[in-house]
Amino acid sequence: MISERYLNIAIWVGVLGFALYANFSGETYWVTLATRATIFAIAGIGLNFALGYGGLISFGHAAFFGIGGYAVGILASHAQSFTPIYDGFVTIDGTQSMVIAWGAAVVAGALTALLIGALSLRTSGAYFIMITLAFGQMFYYFAISWPAYGGEDGISIYVRNSFPGLNTLVPFQFFCLVFTVLTIVILLVRTMNKSPFGLALNAVRQMPQRVETVGIAPFKLRLIAFVISGMITALAGAMFADLNRYVSPAMFSWHVSGEIMVFVILGGVARLMGPVIGAATFVAFEEVLGRQSEHWLIYLGLALLIIVLFAKGGIVGSLARRGTARHG
Amino acid sequence: MSLLIAEQFLNGIQLGVMLFLMAAGLTLVFGVMGLINLAHGSLYMVGAFAAAFVAANTGSYLLGIVASVVAAAVAGVLIETLVIRRLYKRDHLDQVLATFALILIFSEGTRMIFGSFPLYLSIPDALGGPITLPGGIEYPLFRLTLIAMGLLVAVGLYLLITKTRVGMQIQAGEADREMISALGVDISKLYTFVFALGAALAGLSGALVGTLQSVEVGMGEPVLIMAFVVIVIGGIGSIQGALVGAVLVGVVQTLGAFLLPIWSKMLFGSPDAGAVLSSMLIYILMAGVLLIRPQGLMGQAA
Repeated sequence: MISERYLNIAIWVGVLGFALYANFSGETYWVTLATRATIFAIAGIGLNFALGYGGLISFGHAAFFGIGGYAVGILASHAQSFTPIYDGFVTIDGTQSMVIAWGAAVVAGALTALLIGALSLRTSGAYFIMITLAFGQMFYYFAISWPAYGGEDGISIYVRNSFPGLNTLVPFQFFCLVFTVLTIVILLVRTMNKSPFGLALNAVRQMPQRVETVGIAPFKLRLIAFVISGMITALAGAMFADLNRYVSPAMFSWHVSGEIMVFVILGGVARLMGPVIGAATFVAFEEVLGRQSEHWLIYLGLALLIIVLFAKGGIVGSLARRGTARHG
Repeated sequence: MSLLIAEQFLNGIQLGVMLFLMAAGLTLVFGVMGLINLAHGSLYMVGAFAAAFVAANTGSYLLGIVASVVAAAVAGVLIETLVIRRLYKRDHLDQVLATFALILIFSEGTRMIFGSFPLYLSIPDALGGPITLPGGIEYPLFRLTLIAMGLLVAVGLYLLITKTRVGMQIQAGEADREMISALGVDISKLYTFVFALGAALAGLSGALVGTLQSVEVGMGEPVLIMAFVVIVIGGIGSIQGALVGAVLVGVVQTLGAFLLPIWSKMLFGSPDAGAVLSSMLIYILMAGVLLIRPQGLMGQAA
């Protein structure tokens, strides 16, 4: 057993080290895999914020992942065809700038989370799971039936969006950008957890009645947590769109919600770096087993079943001792 | 036009009763065991594949239907004893993850056995063709049979739960689990029975709906999510709620998909807006119910 803090640093160094090694040994495919894992990690951190710290079991985070992706895809498709998105009192043009497109994705994610959260947080427990799942599916059908942006075919982004000072087409430069975003998100989440908001959220998860009696409204706190969570996952979706240069309704599929949840569980619920090691393990699993068998999902299912039934606490939970008591 | 609407309305009822078969099992399992089961859609798929396989090899549709019920119930007993019963005391997160894992196992397992191509079940000759209903509506006899079967199952479930010994135990189990095991009811047998019952209903509806559509891997998932919408609307744990919610969702979905594109074409000249809206309609209905009655139409206050 080592302290969680050292384990966290080891995970961070491990991902960076893997990408560096891959880059300097000329394995650009591995760099892309590391980028994929990093983006999944951000999506997982988003969910972990609601699920781990807020106790909100959302099975609809694919909605935010997809919204983020579509924000980037829609902006890029207008920039590619030189047609404005909106042409009325003001003209809104598409863009191929990552800064603007990712910003738009985060805003869109926040609005979506506000809408879904305001409705589904009126309930709790199993209801909350089913409702988030259903709303997620609503966005899936919406994307499929909306002909203006490709319907079932999705949107292709012909050239990866640009970032000032970088050539994003070089896999390692794109990785560095995504990894920097991951680091910032981790530091932000860490700061939030220690802030009065984070402490109150933690208390709401453990003992909502007691928090209410001291004058904090649990609904409001949960809603804020849900919105922050949606924003982070939408940002991951935006980066995923740029990684693949393609968005499709599959990003909204409820399997994506399930997979994001798997990143969190595999790594360890309510652990800062849990989703990072969880996502990295998932991508490695997918890569190694996917090569062995086209039916690799059956092994993923078996592994997940065994983890849930017999190994609580995920990877971080089994390697590190708790720094501070979090589960009451 | 009104004949067309009447036909679509009947289609909506037909979808509704099939959704009820799914939702009844889900809501029973939740009500009695407190378990949220994502793998319910897999049991639906198992039923459909069993029916397609047996019907193709014996030539008898009826045997196929029997096989769907038996296979799904056996699969239900199997996963209940191996996996599900370890989950009753766990939190919902573990239940969701473990049953999500079961979906992956079932889906890939079925793909390994039957391949990725869809199978087809054909409507038996005796039930083929349309019949004329009062009012002059020509309606497919098979769909009418589905409605009748669904309603029959609903009545059967009602009688089972209110009039039989095991039904009393189920009701008691919903009210107070510890008490009925203290009174000497073998609770783990009861749980297995309830789970298998739900599984059998899911398998039956998979086979029946699979006859109208096709039998393929992943067919249960959209139905599962619609059944969740039904449960949220009807109220969790309530069989009557499941019936009301299922018929409501079935009719709204079917009529919406039919009427909204037509209205949208009349108003805006293009059916697209209506098609987009109709794909979201049942979720908007669910949102509306949540705003007015978060516990569902027939649910008790949470």
